[in-house]
Amino acid sequence: MANVNVGDQRSLMLTEDLTRTQIVQYAGASGDYNPLHTDDKFTKEIAGYPGVFAHGMLTMGMTGRVLTDWFGAEGLLSYGVRFVKQVWPGDALTATATVTAVTDGVAELTVETVNQAGEPVVTGTAKARVD
Amino acid sequence: MSIDRFPVEAGHIALFARAIGDPNPAYYGALSGDEPVPAPPTFAQASAQFDPDYFLRPKIGEPWFGSGREATGIKRSGGGGGGGGGGGGGLHAEQHFEYHRPLRAGDVLTGTVKPGNTWEKQGRRGGKLVFSESVVEYRDQNGELVVTARGVGVRTETVVQQEA
Repeated sequence: MANVNVGDQRSLMLTEDLTRTQIVQYAGASGDYNPLHTDDKFTKEIAGYPGVFAHGMLTMGMTGRVLTDWFGAEGLLSYGVRFVKQVWPGDALTATATVTAVTDGVAELTVETVNQAGEPVVTGTAKARVD
Repeated sequence: MSIDRFPVEAGHIALFARAIGDPNPAYYGALSGDEPVPAPPTFAQASAQFDPDYFLRPKIGEPWFGSGREATGIKRSGGGGGGGGGGGGGLHAEQHFEYHRPLRAGDVLTGTVKPGNTWEKQGRRGGKLVFSESVVEYRDQNGELVVTARGVGVRTETVVQQEA
């Protein structure tokens, strides 16, 4: 992974239209069957939300692709995010990773995924091997 | 909660990669036969499948709080509804992973949970936000540390519309 410099940036469209079915797929794969993500009746009538919304970990998982496409599936040393805004079915999500430092073969990055309104939904940091 | 046995399987990795919308061929070794099969960066979270007590999975023969004939199968007290990742009920506020070595299909992990800090904040629309942290150390069949996962959950006294 040659030539990674401070300021280098990559963006990736993660989804143009997040579907309820993808949220169900994530529930099944991850084992998080919280009805808030898959059960509209429960979510509206019991929990009081407008409807089901994505697992934060689905957005984090999708966002990770901007890092692994760049540094490889085994290139990360750390990856962490804050969930700053809920993600709803129909949202369009774009992830951007930016190199903030390169030291001793390790790149430090900021990561941000925004929705169709340009609002951040997750923000975080990562470290990747660049030797 | 602890996880006594989390077998990292190529088929599970493929299903997880599909779910997060990642077409990287490396994740689909179960279909192609190629090895090794690396796990996506957030795959350790799927350890929930192997936690016998995980409270966000329906248990056979037990009532479930999602809808069936009624909007919920369990009358619960308290607001907010549902649970989330991180440290218990509420919503998932933060998640952090440290990778000590690449996680691959064939690894068999254990997960040991260490309770972290708890703190409170005043919410922007009133109500108290209670944050709680938990750290899970995933070790392989040789006792070697593979992934450290730190989650922060937040519970609110009112429904959260915007931020978690």
